[in-house]
Amino acid sequence: MDVLWRGFVEALRLLFEGDPEVWAIVARSLRISGLATLLSVLLGLPLGTWLALRHPRGRRVWLSAVYTGMALPPVVVGLFLALLFWRSGPLGFLGWMYTPRIMVLAQTLLALPMVVGLTVSALQSQDPRLQWQLLGLGASHWQMVLLLWREARLLLLAAVMAGFGSAISEVGASLMVGGNLRDHTRVLTTAVVLETRRGHFAQAIALGLILLGLAFLVNATLTFVQQQDVES
Amino acid sequence: MTEPLLEARDLWVPRRKHWALDVPQLAVFPGETLTVIGPNGAGKSTLLAVLAALLPPKRGQVRFRGKPVDFRRSLSYRRHIAVVLQQPYLLRGTVADNVALGLRLHGFPPKEREARARRWMARLGILDLARQSARQLSGGQAQRVALARALALEPQILFLDEPFQALDAPTRTRLLDELHSLLRETGITAVYVTHDLNEGLALAHRVAVMMNGRIQQVGTPDQILTMPVNPAVARLAGVETLLPARVLEAENGLLYLESHGLRLMALGRARPGARVLVALRPEILALWPPQAQPRSSARNRIPARVVEVWPQGALVKVVLQGPQGMRLVARVTRIAAEDLSLEPGREVLVTFKASAAWAVPDAPEES
Repeated sequence: MDVLWRGFVEALRLLFEGDPEVWAIVARSLRISGLATLLSVLLGLPLGTWLALRHPRGRRVWLSAVYTGMALPPVVVGLFLALLFWRSGPLGFLGWMYTPRIMVLAQTLLALPMVVGLTVSALQSQDPRLQWQLLGLGASHWQMVLLLWREARLLLLAAVMAGFGSAISEVGASLMVGGNLRDHTRVLTTAVVLETRRGHFAQAIALGLILLGLAFLVNATLTFVQQQDVES
Repeated sequence: MTEPLLEARDLWVPRRKHWALDVPQLAVFPGETLTVIGPNGAGKSTLLAVLAALLPPKRGQVRFRGKPVDFRRSLSYRRHIAVVLQQPYLLRGTVADNVALGLRLHGFPPKEREARARRWMARLGILDLARQSARQLSGGQAQRVALARALALEPQILFLDEPFQALDAPTRTRLLDELHSLLRETGITAVYVTHDLNEGLALAHRVAVMMNGRIQQVGTPDQILTMPVNPAVARLAGVETLLPARVLEAENGLLYLESHGLRLMALGRARPGARVLVALRPEILALWPPQAQPRSSARNRIPARVVEVWPQGALVKVVLQGPQGMRLVARVTRIAAEDLSLEPGREVLVTFKASAAWAVPDAPEES
């Protein structure tokens, strides 16, 4: 209990004393995971919509792959990217290894199946005849898709939340491809691992609490928006 | 003859090994209301979806004003039509937002959108609900909003797929009356799909009867009721008695028949010797006391015995047995049933006019 309490006090101290390194890690975590979430939404929303509405050939295989991807172990993603972007790997010439870029890529790959899968579920939970109704009122295909998104926005918001959650909380891939370099690729999760390894449990708990608080803050904001919409 | 506004040619939509739709030809003329009647699963909604370019057929054409509709680029055609489905499918927002939805999709300027939406909300009696959330409406109100939303587009063809099916009977009757007046006032061409015979007949200029994905008969409501082309259409049109008979003589559309050892007369198109089924609607059968000599022009007279008496609302269904196992179903008023003291075992005389009986070919039915 003492360790926990000291960790909590340390967290408050680190935050309120404005430790520049901690704030830099928080900012970097938000930047990397935020960008990864944005990319996964930009890619996942159209892809999920395509799978849900267009019924492409091999759709069941695609969906199975997406749902498997929702449980993708971060270390597997890390390993795959490390092999690709290693100096001698096929994409090694890009020099992305141990940079925030590859961390964004790794987190995007982890968040993407979440966004795609939940987008498919959200759109498939709508009555398919709603599409006929919109087309039957003279909607173009784009207008129809925008209206379907609008109608499913609560569930789509849940997809964004899940995507952000999986991005900010993963550690395996970031550690493998980011390297946890100080002032460069160190994010909250990798910092927690480092401090634990060093035996600095108080710092580790402090960073863990910050991570938890951050995830709570982002999700609480989205939930607030979601619930306000339900009540209205 | 007027050119069709909409025409279907050789439409074919597959379903597993068979077809969901197989329609060689169907035309919809300007200003008419064509109702498509058929049992559940007959392919009515599929037909409507294809005609409205919501579902591409495997083969065949839909022609609008003589030109084929391109199903891959159907937007320009869809901007001339409006669809109302069984569920109103109202979106988030107010009633006014929903009524103006189609106008917004068509790109009407805000002022015109508002003016048109107000006009149609007033016409459908929902103007006082304009600012209310569309998700808080009763079924009848919601379907009025759906109708106003479609009519606000002032479409050249209005497609309606059982729009009142989910409503209670009084609301359904009221909305049906209003829709009837609206269609007649505006002259909008409409295709109305329903499984309810009375609903379909009440609205129609012409009726298409559909079964198993195929159109069985197209005609005026009178033609469907009095001259069904086959036993299945006859049954759908409310015929409850189909007497097997053999044609003895045929004379200018009047057939002399033999059925269950009796000579009967009916209208129809058949040659002597042909096997037919005499379609008798329950309301055309008149019941009399057994010894009565009714002063009626009805030339068909059958002695029968009451088997079953079944009150059904304002009317009473009477199942009768004639000679040689002949089965007849009549529907009489409660007062008539009381006057005749109808009860099982009671002897009666059944009469019907030759002009009210129609002989249909006794052909094997499609499964």
